[in-house]
Amino acid sequence: MTERGPRPHLTTLRARIARIEGAERRSSGTLPFGLDAIDRRLPGGGLALGALHEVAGGAQGATDAAAAALFTAGILARVKGKILWCMTQSDLFAPALALAGLDPDRVIYVEARDETSLLSCFEEGLRHGGLGGVVAEAARLSMTASRRLQLAAESTGTIGIAIRRWRRTAEASDFGQPTAAATRWRVTSVPTAPLPVPGVGRPRWFVELIRCRAGESADFLVEGCDATGHLALPADLADRSAASQAWLQRAAS
Amino acid sequence: MEGQRRLLTAANAAARAIGLVPGMTVAQAQALVPDLQILDAEPDADRAALEKLACWSLRRYAPTISPDPPDGLMLDITGAAHAFGGPEGVLRDLVQRLAEVGTAARAVCAPTYGAAHALARYGADPARVVDPLDLKAAIGALPIAALRLDVNMVLTLGRLGLETIADLEAMPRASLALRFGSAPGQRLDQAFGRAAEPFEPIQPPEPITVERRFAEPIGAPETLARYTGKLVDELARRLEEEGVGARRLDLSFHRVDNRIEAIRAGLAKPSRDRRQMTRLLCARLETIDPGFGVERMQLTVPAAEPLTYHMVSNLGEAPVPDVAALVDLLGNRIGEGRLFRVAARESDIPERSVARIAPMSESTEIRWPAAWPRPTRLFARPEPVDTMALLPDHPPVHFVWRGVRRRVTRADGPERIYGEWHLSDAEFLGVRDYFQVEDETGARYWLFRNGDGMDSATGGQGWFLHGLFA
Repeated sequence: MTERGPRPHLTTLRARIARIEGAERRSSGTLPFGLDAIDRRLPGGGLALGALHEVAGGAQGATDAAAAALFTAGILARVKGKILWCMTQSDLFAPALALAGLDPDRVIYVEARDETSLLSCFEEGLRHGGLGGVVAEAARLSMTASRRLQLAAESTGTIGIAIRRWRRTAEASDFGQPTAAATRWRVTSVPTAPLPVPGVGRPRWFVELIRCRAGESADFLVEGCDATGHLALPADLADRSAASQAWLQRAAS
Repeated sequence: MEGQRRLLTAANAAARAIGLVPGMTVAQAQALVPDLQILDAEPDADRAALEKLACWSLRRYAPTISPDPPDGLMLDITGAAHAFGGPEGVLRDLVQRLAEVGTAARAVCAPTYGAAHALARYGADPARVVDPLDLKAAIGALPIAALRLDVNMVLTLGRLGLETIADLEAMPRASLALRFGSAPGQRLDQAFGRAAEPFEPIQPPEPITVERRFAEPIGAPETLARYTGKLVDELARRLEEEGVGARRLDLSFHRVDNRIEAIRAGLAKPSRDRRQMTRLLCARLETIDPGFGVERMQLTVPAAEPLTYHMVSNLGEAPVPDVAALVDLLGNRIGEGRLFRVAARESDIPERSVARIAPMSESTEIRWPAAWPRPTRLFARPEPVDTMALLPDHPPVHFVWRGVRRRVTRADGPERIYGEWHLSDAEFLGVRDYFQVEDETGARYWLFRNGDGMDSATGGQGWFLHGLFA
């Protein structure tokens, strides 16, 4: 259908539909990654603020969630305001987050006793509205819980990120269960590019967008966060054709 | 500090014993005792501590008490000493209790304040009760300096050959007044009780309290919540009048069976926001067992801090949202210690380079150096791993962690970290060599060797996994 001039009845109809759909369609803007390859795949050209997102680690990362945590820190380094970081295992090392651009003064940590109080702190943080973002390292995330969190995030426009971290690798199959999150990511560390001298290069991650509301899934091979929380495309892949990229990604996974 | 000279303002008993006295220059004192421990004088803190001590004695000894800066406390124990079995009892109790907290004190009970002041500082007996009849004899032998006169006046009087209070008392009053003014005569009269010397007793700070009594005991949760809200309203008004904000709230429920149930709530920043306070208290209301009913509710603020108005403007940039209310809510729900921020500490040892600070602390200054790679996850205790590595400073070829052999494909290091010899002798030679290694799956680890790979004095040369990189 082509638009030809103003159609008042169509606009009112759209407004009515939006009202019926309620907060579901209330948008608080998006946060672009700054990489066209990723932003192109996300509705609105970036990660939706005022929504719940899920990030998990792949392979060994399912239990340590190191790459998932740094991926999250990179996202939050690019939003304004204080961050609430809820967790049950306190092995997060703050200097690493600072290296990804997340200043230690901005982060308030909550060390919850159990998963239940973790989720209640997560929700309370999302409902407050004065925070830039809220993170929780949760193992279990039911449909009901995620729905509550999603509604809380929508009501204030705060971005909520659930880092899924399990005690055992076998429990990671839980990640297949549906939740109300807007996007679902899996971040896996892959071997770094060889350097001309001995050493370890910039971290390289295989980032899978497993689920994306109103979008399609995709996967990307990126280099880890720089000092401002931005990802980068690997130099040896950035200018290649799409076919060879796909091959390398398959090889990396 | 007096002009350019740094002077000793106080010295403890050990210092006095080796010849250090207040008034001496610091240079002179350091010449006498090279490893002298010198602390800066804090007159304001001293005065505050003295006032605190006065408030404490007020509850214990007598109703009329005043601090006498810099180092004294005046107690009017008239009619109050019988509780301790007479003035001797008061003095004994006071000196002993102060000694228990490490404060040396001298206490004298005399008929006049001037005499007590003089005897406490210049008398021989550290705890003495002076009978009104002995007053003249007791203070007559004391030096004139005991009379609270100006230092220069004491020097001049000394030059005139007047050493003791008895000497001064024997002088004709008229010529004394002509030469030195009214001060010596007035101080003498005050010491001997011929002139009155009233003083202003301190008022103890009363905690702000509001309460409500019920003719008919209440017990329903909604009723308790409603009256909690009413008490908070009343309290907020009182706080506003006083210009303070609450840091802690105690809400106590006095039950008909004489038991007290209580809720304590803490606030990260002083506040008198009704909604916030009501929310904090009502969130815990379910822990209260009203039994057969509550007949009295009392809301107290044991800790308050000044809270002034500040200007807000809707021009220019948007105000930074305050997260203190959230911090309170979460802190009261899961425990205050479980909410924290992490600040950098000046230490190379990874586990010591981070410290937990209160969530609403001021912003910190120091940051971790950005040049070194640091893992995202750091283990609370490094996990020992079996490795094969070339000595002295090569990274491992492979290592076994949690039962899985991992072949190292790339490695970076070593980053050598020395023990903090200034903290403990055991760390004097200690060395850790950190390596960042990557295995064939792409997982990156932070390994260290305890020791420099050569000398067993620097550590056991065992390998440990300390953290995981992203």
